[in-house]
Formats: sequence, structure tokens, C-alpha cells
Amino acid sequence: MTAIARLRDTAPRTVLLTAAALFSVFPLLSMFSAALQPQGTAPAGISFPLHPQWHNFVDAWNVANITTLVQSSAILVLGVVPAAMLISSMAAYAIAQLRIPLGNVFFLLLLLGLTLPYEIVVVPLYYQMQSMGLLNSRLGLILPLIGLNMPFAVFWMRTHFQSVPAELSESSSIDGAGPWQAFRHIQMPLAVPALASLGVLMFLSTWNQFLLAIVLIDDPTKRTMAGALQGFVGAHSTDVVLLNAGALLIMAPTILVFLLFQKFFIRAMLAGAVKG
Amino acid sequence: MSVAPGLRRGDTVTAPTSRPATARPAERATTRRWARPQRSRAQWAGWLFALPALLMYAVFELRPILTAVQCSFYDWDGISAATPVGVANYTRVFTEPQLLASIVHSLVLIVFFTVLPVILGLAVASVVREIRSTWAGAAARTLMFLPQIIPGAASAIAWTWMYSPDGAVNQLLRALGLGSLTRAWLGDFTWALPAVGIIGTWLATGLCTLLLMAGIGKIDTSLYEAASLDGASRLQQFRAITLPGLRAEIGVCVTITVIAALASFDVVFMSTQGGPGYSTQVPGVQVYQLAFTENRIGQSSALAVVLSLLVLAVVLPLQRVFKEK
Repeated sequence: MTAIARLRDTAPRTVLLTAAALFSVFPLLSMFSAALQPQGTAPAGISFPLHPQWHNFVDAWNVANITTLVQSSAILVLGVVPAAMLISSMAAYAIAQLRIPLGNVFFLLLLLGLTLPYEIVVVPLYYQMQSMGLLNSRLGLILPLIGLNMPFAVFWMRTHFQSVPAELSESSSIDGAGPWQAFRHIQMPLAVPALASLGVLMFLSTWNQFLLAIVLIDDPTKRTMAGALQGFVGAHSTDVVLLNAGALLIMAPTILVFLLFQKFFIRAMLAGAVKG
Repeated sequence: MSVAPGLRRGDTVTAPTSRPATARPAERATTRRWARPQRSRAQWAGWLFALPALLMYAVFELRPILTAVQCSFYDWDGISAATPVGVANYTRVFTEPQLLASIVHSLVLIVFFTVLPVILGLAVASVVREIRSTWAGAAARTLMFLPQIIPGAASAIAWTWMYSPDGAVNQLLRALGLGSLTRAWLGDFTWALPAVGIIGTWLATGLCTLLLMAGIGKIDTSLYEAASLDGASRLQQFRAITLPGLRAEIGVCVTITVIAALASFDVVFMSTQGGPGYSTQVPGVQVYQLAFTENRIGQSSALAVVLSLLVLAVVLPLQRVFKEK
């Protein structure tokens, strides 16, 4: 193949991929350029300043309480993800491996929750949490998020447990292991890859949870990172520079984690999309 | 010891090898008579494993759903006693212009959240055909994925700035000599809804593209070679090989993005709050506002129920359409 023929072959591909990638980052670049302008000025479009004001990020960090927000989101993720991973695995194991009676009915019931939007539960949840005395508390957000994660999590883990040969539990039961021992010492270690992907997906959905966070928690510093954005915008909507710097900082932790483990994220999300 | 030995043993008699998941229902039917007398206490005991999940799901999803359905038949301000009103809340969803408009808008958003991303994704996927493991390919993949990683609320902020009078969109138009078209996009009655829609296009395109690229990578390349030897044009190859080969992936893209369009909340809430006027109002934001700013809990519930039924009515038939033959 001559150089020109090769170029003609790869050029459309390169151009399209570049265009798609540019489209994806353009809004973020536009934010970034605005965040570097002097505070109090009115930036125009994308224009990278000669003297970028990096300290805007320091100011935004303090104004937006990023330290507190990262801690808060971390608490929520730690409260939701491990618990949801454990109880969804147990349920999926019961449905797929123990074949509990009426297990399929339970599974169909869960599938309903996979399609229904959060909008139908959010208002009743508000009053339910109010009567439970959990409104405005982190626990009051953690518990519903665990419950609402069940449809996808059980669905995901059931697919995994269906692929585990039944001989495995048979031989372990012959060796005298009860279902709990078999689950803990044989099934869970084998489920690590499936659990890891599930963990990534639930980390993202918890960290980025918006609707439930703004409804169930009044105090922006106790919300998720995404929920905190609402309070931050309310307070700084006129200051374009600080707003963009703050919003970028609020996005930064997930972007950082994503860049570090991108292959893992992409694999989990593509598989999650197909399974979900 | 107590791993439901009855059914297990019954299984091994008829199906001694490990079975794929799809083989289960039929094979279960053959073993059922065998297993039923032995459906022991141990098997019911397996429910102990499922109980925590069932409990959490019932308390935080099923119960609220039932409450919403119940509330939808009442007039309630959230404080004083509720009065039953029959189906009045539902009639109002379809007769009160702003409520009906919100549903129509969410249907319009399907064009932007679903149709455009799938078309763009198909275009990129069919030209690139496989994800190259080169440095540039990996970088493009990473960048295309970014919109999926950041919260929708944050993308709304980014785009609000893009759409502002001084933002990048107007800057680009001026640079192209189309300065007469510039405007405050999200404040414009005509353009606000498409502008919000484009945010959804931005959010969904990366995921759709990568999913379709992954799918196209699984199609046997010899099909394309054979077709081009037969003189099939690129377009013919696309229609005869690519489209049918991507049926399942397209189904996934369509399902996810249609739900995202109908149940959209954070993008609209953060970018326009439904305004100007009601020009970008969607059911999600309307449910929130009816409940928490207008104290019309019953009306809010009725709209939420209608929204849920709408999602089911659109998504369930889609599952059938895209089912692999």
C-alpha cells in the first residue's frame, strides 16, 4: 500500500474519531478556559488568558468546601456500595444457585425497578424518611440508595452466578460446607471480577446521584458531589469564573479516578450497559 | 450440608454437566416432578440470603411506588388532611397545558437523547469499524467516555456557560460569520428545548459510539471482505451487514437513552429549571416542583405515575423490537 493510499484509508477514521473526541471535551475546555480568567471579569467564549489565574482553583476549593464534599461523598459511597454489593450477591446467589422457591417472582419484581424512573419514588421517599426521622441525615440517603440499587445489582450478580457450574456447590456441599460457608469461601472469591465492575458502576451512580441528594438532604455539605453543585450554583451563579472553577473541582475526583482506572471503567460501563 | 440437596441431586440426574443459563427453564420443568417432594425446608431457608435485598427493595422502592399510586388519587398539600379526588389528578395531567406540555417535551427530547446519538454512533462505528489499540485510539476512547463519568448536573453547568451570550457557541457562530444567529440560547422560547436536547446528545453520544464500536468489532470481518468482493458498496455493506449485526447493541443504546430522555431531571433542572416559561419543562422537574414548591403532592404523584407508565409503554415494546432473532 502506498503512503497516499494508506492515508486515504485512515484519514476518514482519524478525522471522525478526532471530531467525536473534540465534541466530548469541548464543553469542559470551555469551562477550563473561563476558570482561568481573572475573577470578577466577564470571560468571553474560549480564550486562554496570557496570565492564567491558577489560584482561582484554590479560592474555589475553599468557597465550595471541596474537602468536606469529598469526605461526605466518600462516606455515602462507603455506606452504599459495600452493603449493596453484599446483599445483592446474597440474593443473586439464592436465586441462581440455591434456586429458592418463588425466586423468579422476586426477580421479575426486581426487573420492574430496573425500568421505573426515580421520579416516582422521590416524593414518597421524602415523606417516608421524614416519618422515620432520617430526613437530612446521611443514613437517610444511604438506605434508599441501597434499596434502589437492588434491581441492577441483583440482575448483574445473577448473571454471574448463573455462569458458575452447579458442580461447584454440589462438591462443596458434599464436603460438608453449609450454604453460607460455600457462599463466603467459594462463591464470593470467584465473583471478584463481577463484583469489581458492579462496585465501579455503583460508585459512579452514588457519587453522581443528584435528585435524591437534593430532595432528601438540605445541607449541601452532607450531599453527594453532584447534589452539592446545586447549592454552589445557587450561591455563585453570577460569578462565571468562580462557578466554572468550582464545578471543575467538583468533577475532578471522578475524572481523576477515571483517568487512573480508565480501562476498568470503560469495560465495566460497556458491560453494564449491555446487561442493564 | 443444607444446600437444598433435593433439587441439586434431582438436577444431576437429568443434567450431569454444567448447563448454560438459557437451558434452565426447560430442564427445570423436567426435574420439577422429581424435586417437588424433596423441596425441603432447606430450600426455603435459602430465602435467608435473599431477605435483606427483598427488605431493602420493598421498603425503599416498592413501598414508595405504592404510596405514589395511592397519593395520586388524593388532593394533598403535604400538611393538612388529604381528600380523595378520584382520577381528577390524572385528567389534569392531560388537560392542564403545562403538564401535558412537559410530557410532549420529554418525547421531543428522545430525538436528541436517542436518535442523534445512535445515528452519530453508527456513523463513527461504521467508519472506524474497530477500536484501534493505538495511543490515539485509546485517547479518543477516554475522551469520548468523559461525559459518562461526570454528573449530569455538572454537564448542565458546562453547557449553560457554552450557551450564554458570551459563551463558546455564540463565539463560534461569530467566527463563522453567522453573528446574526447569536442569542442567549437557554433563554430563548424557541431554542431552549433543542439547546437542552443537545446537552443530552453530548451526554449519550460517547457511550453509544463506544458500545456500537465494540459491537461492530465482533462482526466477522470476512463478511465485509466477501461483500466487497461481490462489489457491494459501503452503503450496501452497512445495510446488509453492519445494521443487522448491531441489532442488540442498538437496542441497548435506544433503551438506555429513551429512559434518560423521558426521565430527564438533572440536566434540565440545572440548566433551565423548565424555563423560559414552560418551554423546557419535563415531567421529572415538574414532579419535583409540584411537590416541593407548589405543595400539590397528589398532582405530583399522578404525573410521576403517568411518567412511569409512559416509560414502560415505550421501553417494553422496544425490548421486543430489538430482540435478536
